[in-house]
Amino acid sequence: MSDSSARKGMGLDVITLGLFLSVMALVSLFLTANTHDPLMKVHAVILLAASVLGIVGLFMRAAGGLNFDQSRYEEGIIKAGVIATTLWGLVGFLVGVIIASQLAFPNLLYFENIGWLNFGRLRPVHTSAVIFAFGGNALMVTSFYVVQRTNHARLAGGVWPWFVFWGYQLFIVLAATGYVSGVTQGKEYAEPEWYIDIWLTIVWVTYLLVFLGTLWKRKIKHIYVANWFYLSFIVTVAMLHIINNISIPIGLTEHKSYSLFAGVQDAMTQWWYGHNAVGFFLTSGFLGIMYYFVPKRAERPVYSYRLSIVHFWSLIFIYIWAGPHHLHYTALPMWAQTLGMTFSIMLWMPSWGGMINGLMTLSGAWDKLRTDPVMRMLVVSVAFYGMSTFEGPVMSIRAVNSLSHYTDWTIGHVHSGALGWVAYVSFGALYCLVPWVWKRARLYSNDLVEWHFWISTIGIVFYITSMWVSGIMQGLMWRAYNSFGFLEYSFVETVEAMHPYYIIRAIGGLLFLIGALIMAYNLWRTARGDVRKGENVPDAAPLSIAIPAVQ
Amino acid sequence: MTDRPEVDDHSGTETTGHTWDEIKELNTPLPRWWMTIWLGTIAIALVYMVLMPSWPLPWADTYLKGLRNYSERANFEKDMVKLAASRGPAEQKLANTALDAVENDPELLNFAMAAGKSAFGDNCATCHGSGGVGTIGYPALVDDVWLWGGSLEDIKFTITHGIRGTSEDTRFSQMPAFGRDEMLTKGEINDLVEYVVSVSGGEADVKAAQRAQLTFEDNCSVCHGETAKGMRELGAPDLTDADWLFGGDRASIAETITNSRNGVMPTWSGRLEPWTIDALAVYVHALGGGE
Repeated sequence: MSDSSARKGMGLDVITLGLFLSVMALVSLFLTANTHDPLMKVHAVILLAASVLGIVGLFMRAAGGLNFDQSRYEEGIIKAGVIATTLWGLVGFLVGVIIASQLAFPNLLYFENIGWLNFGRLRPVHTSAVIFAFGGNALMVTSFYVVQRTNHARLAGGVWPWFVFWGYQLFIVLAATGYVSGVTQGKEYAEPEWYIDIWLTIVWVTYLLVFLGTLWKRKIKHIYVANWFYLSFIVTVAMLHIINNISIPIGLTEHKSYSLFAGVQDAMTQWWYGHNAVGFFLTSGFLGIMYYFVPKRAERPVYSYRLSIVHFWSLIFIYIWAGPHHLHYTALPMWAQTLGMTFSIMLWMPSWGGMINGLMTLSGAWDKLRTDPVMRMLVVSVAFYGMSTFEGPVMSIRAVNSLSHYTDWTIGHVHSGALGWVAYVSFGALYCLVPWVWKRARLYSNDLVEWHFWISTIGIVFYITSMWVSGIMQGLMWRAYNSFGFLEYSFVETVEAMHPYYIIRAIGGLLFLIGALIMAYNLWRTARGDVRKGENVPDAAPLSIAIPAVQ
Repeated sequence: MTDRPEVDDHSGTETTGHTWDEIKELNTPLPRWWMTIWLGTIAIALVYMVLMPSWPLPWADTYLKGLRNYSERANFEKDMVKLAASRGPAEQKLANTALDAVENDPELLNFAMAAGKSAFGDNCATCHGSGGVGTIGYPALVDDVWLWGGSLEDIKFTITHGIRGTSEDTRFSQMPAFGRDEMLTKGEINDLVEYVVSVSGGEADVKAAQRAQLTFEDNCSVCHGETAKGMRELGAPDLTDADWLFGGDRASIAETITNSRNGVMPTWSGRLEPWTIDALAVYVHALGGGE
């Protein structure tokens, strides 16, 4: 640690970012002045405001003397990321509870004169808020933390990581305001229109460069497994995003665009994207979280280095083929359906490699499941990961899919992965990170973590069991024929039959939201340095307060 | 920081010797059961690929057809042929049987009711409700109140041609918008409302109803009849019963007189097979109020 590595004033990073923000301000000014499209005008103004704020912020920071001490880790961005993850999570879960209630009580919660409050507009807000806003921020913040700690290097790029952080939040705002006002290209999980896609591409490539630059500076010869997973997530998501969103805008000042692909090619591209968003965003990236936070929290070595190599390469090689299983029994050629199904079956064990490595790392520390609710949350997330990655291949089998496709079973499957795996492993990471980066000896309250854990777990169980029952019932009702070969039930009868399960699902979602609110409160009090009365016992968890410096 | 492998106390397994932020890795071999199951799934996948259509051969503009020569499209066509063979005779018979004779043939009646229920659920229930219970603006089909007639032939005609639909023979009538088109004043309409309430047996302002007597005769009785009992040929509803398509409270009646309603039912000929329409007529007739 020496002051000689500290840098003051205008570095290359500040100059390049300043130039970039100036160009961005000019482009958005041009758009604001020239567009006749009211929806695009709103977004152009937001972009303009963001670039001006960015320039002002950069100028003020630079004037105050940017002090990026290369001998210390960048932790400010970790704090910002923790806050963003928590807040977007609450937004996403809340919107989820709202739309679940709209499905359960469509007559009560339909707003004839407030179109943007209805299911069609809010549904993509929910999916994007939980996947990209909550999940994306969790991945970004943990990857920034892990890549520094496991490589003993400060984040590369000076102020650029902050551009990645704020640029990503801007993407979320543009996407969400677009959905509610009708700016959508109608591709599931890829709804943002062309100019928002371009913005995300810029942010994402910068993210990749920051990550690679940090790896480049590493002081440890070998690259830790968590970083492989993070890197595969960042690279593949860039590729998926760019290709699936190739489209032709109807004008440079119009928000609307048309996909370059048509018909079944478009469907195939979309589900190649959609399935690998699951594979590389929601699996690979979160395995990165698992590979750091589970061994760290358990204070045990990772179970098997060889398994991590084999399951990493097999996972990324096989996942990329599995997309066609979303298009069974459609116009997609039969041969493509076969490949989608068979690769999904071969994917089962590579997925489970991660589960085995996560669970078996606990061997020698199983008692922590009892004493440390954060550890329990992390382990339960791995168990849900194992369950969903078994259920997925089963559902990809055509015979099973003929029953499950288009039913609530799919929704239940997604949520056992999203609530059980993605959210739980992120919660676990947040509970670890807040004491670590705010330098607190322990969480504000372990009891509140227990409450969070049990309320949320009951919520998840409500959610997925109700969707299993409702989905299988739905599938059976749709395919029921009478002796003459006529359909036994009309569609509306199957909808009526869903009603009780939709209520149970909404209750499950509400419990999950309540759990997350408890977490947010606990994290806030922890960051403030409070300790709940009566809980002033030493924390069982390890503390990484030590070594704030790059070694 | 050590780069030398060490032995983990708990498991007795060697580590790889690497350390990252205090995290170490054991050098445990791949679990045998894991490898076995994985190879098993690969074997299953390969067998499936051999049996079913799989890899594309773009240079030959074709794909591996698989030993089973399986084709979704061919299966679908086979299923349709099978269905036509099993159901075709009954469809033919229904199309060729006079509607009032269907109930004399229990087997045919069974078939017509099953076909009707299925077609009703997919096409009619959207407006008329499950089982034809009706809702505001969409007539209930389970009672004995019929605007255009409740005999089998009447029902079949209504389904075939629709109401204010696109067929040339569609059922058609148009109640004027007496208020919007300024044919009656607000006061006259308010009096008319009292009149309608009184003829339907409600408690009305007698004086207002009396004032409206002449207005009713001049404007309404042409279609609704002098006794307000309605007229089937014109689809004009009976105003003396307790059955209201658009609501029987004062505000709803005033709205009907002021702006008129004129609901639409689609023309179904050309969309549904003739035998399906026959089946629907039989089904709707049997819902409760057929004449």
